[in-house]
Amino acid sequence: MAGPASSSGDRRAEALAVQLRGATKVYDNGVAALGPLDLDVARGEFVSLLGPSGCGKSTALRLIAGLGAPSSGTVNVSRHASEAEGRRSIGFVFQEPTLMPWASVRDNVRLPLKLADLPAAEAGRQVGDALAQVGLSEFADAFPRELSGGMKMRVSLARALVTDPDILLMDEPFAALDEITRFRLNNDLLALWRTLNKTVIFVTHSVFESVYLSQRVIVMTARPGRISREFRITTSEPRGEAFRTSAEYAAHCREVSAALTPSYSGQPAA
Amino acid sequence: MNAFQNVGRWLLPVAVLAAGLALWEFAVRVNDIPPYVLPSPLAVLQTLASDWPVLSESLGVTLLTTLQGFIAAAVGGVALALMFNQSRWLEYSLFPYAVILQVTPVIAIAPLLLIYLPQQVAVIVCAWIVAFFPVLSNTTLGLNSVDRNLSGLFQLYGASRLQTLRYLKLPAALPYILGGLRIAGGLALIGAVVAEIAAGAAGAGSGLAFRIAESGYRLNIPRMFAALLLLSVAGIVIHGLLALVSHLVLRRWHESALGREN
Repeated sequence: MAGPASSSGDRRAEALAVQLRGATKVYDNGVAALGPLDLDVARGEFVSLLGPSGCGKSTALRLIAGLGAPSSGTVNVSRHASEAEGRRSIGFVFQEPTLMPWASVRDNVRLPLKLADLPAAEAGRQVGDALAQVGLSEFADAFPRELSGGMKMRVSLARALVTDPDILLMDEPFAALDEITRFRLNNDLLALWRTLNKTVIFVTHSVFESVYLSQRVIVMTARPGRISREFRITTSEPRGEAFRTSAEYAAHCREVSAALTPSYSGQPAA
Repeated sequence: MNAFQNVGRWLLPVAVLAAGLALWEFAVRVNDIPPYVLPSPLAVLQTLASDWPVLSESLGVTLLTTLQGFIAAAVGGVALALMFNQSRWLEYSLFPYAVILQVTPVIAIAPLLLIYLPQQVAVIVCAWIVAFFPVLSNTTLGLNSVDRNLSGLFQLYGASRLQTLRYLKLPAALPYILGGLRIAGGLALIGAVVAEIAAGAAGAGSGLAFRIAESGYRLNIPRMFAALLLLSVAGIVIHGLLALVSHLVLRRWHESALGREN
């Protein structure tokens, strides 16, 4: 049940979804992009990685996803026992919707199941569920080019959810959207997180988005990417539009922004 | 205004054609030019009708050669590109020779081919040599133009090489492949014509290009024009058909096939 994460015999490891120990990434051209980085993410937790562009937060996310190996250190992700049945422990949402333009919304969402050779009937049911979760059931036969930016992002989210993963990795998924759409998707994502009980690791460069969404905000500094500070965001009320305008929210944002500032001043102009 | 432009796009070239033909007809009649020097358009059409049995048979021969060369080029070009995509070593070993085949003028290769191969086969090989390269290079370009994030996604979900090829690389390359095929269609016809002229053999089963050469020797100028007209029409039809296929396949998703409205 517990994956390879429990290597140190640490009891907390039982409840960990992701564990990074001294993970670094040095690219072939010699650029040290990340680390060393230590990171524990508990099951069911919503964590944001916050930092300026080039601070290695996307690199960290790709390592967790298994897209590339760390140059040193370890990356442990708790795995499903039932991964063979079309379930995968990780769903990934990219910054762009990353949809196949030649396939309908339904076929795009079905892709992970098709790659896992799931029977068509079973796959069809799961695709229907995933589309319903993001509110796109009526658009199953549309093609990506016929959708707005926000809807494409929803399709991308549905595709990440269709395998019912334990962990959802999101790489600045709403960065390219307008503010109104972004707020709506933030709320929808929170609602999904509450009902589906997933672990979410959310990469963003927006202080406001990270504070609004997460239980824990991890501020990173650039070149190479390291954790500079961590904030636990506790709220007295459920998150929603009221929280967005509350004094509590503003205080958290101020605190996190202040932690982020040194990482700007220490750098040459980007 | 827009409707006017649309009509104009069709009407203007037709009007130019009609004016040109009328001028040609007029010049021939007024100057009383004999048909073995310059036949009038009407005389060409009459020849086309009267010589139709001979010309249609030749048209069939040339079209069949073109089709065979085109299919060989399409299959060979795509297959080679797929093999190159799967194996770097194969690509490094063979690609230079594909380029050499392409840059050496086919009209110079044709006589050699005719020595070593039966005429029927040599003609098809010529059509293939001219037509396969655009398919190969376009398909290669398409296979290498896959979105990086989509590649990452397939990797994330543990897609096999075959799955990646079938569900990602081939569909992504499809617009490029179709572009290559559109070029190859016209080139296959050119290759077939070049080989027929080089072959120059008489007898039944001779193509349109042979008819042109033969009519030239006999000073049957109207028939030369009639055969040329048929070749031209064949080229236009091939281009149109391939453009139509490309449009039908891509119309739901690719930018090139979408209307300009919105």
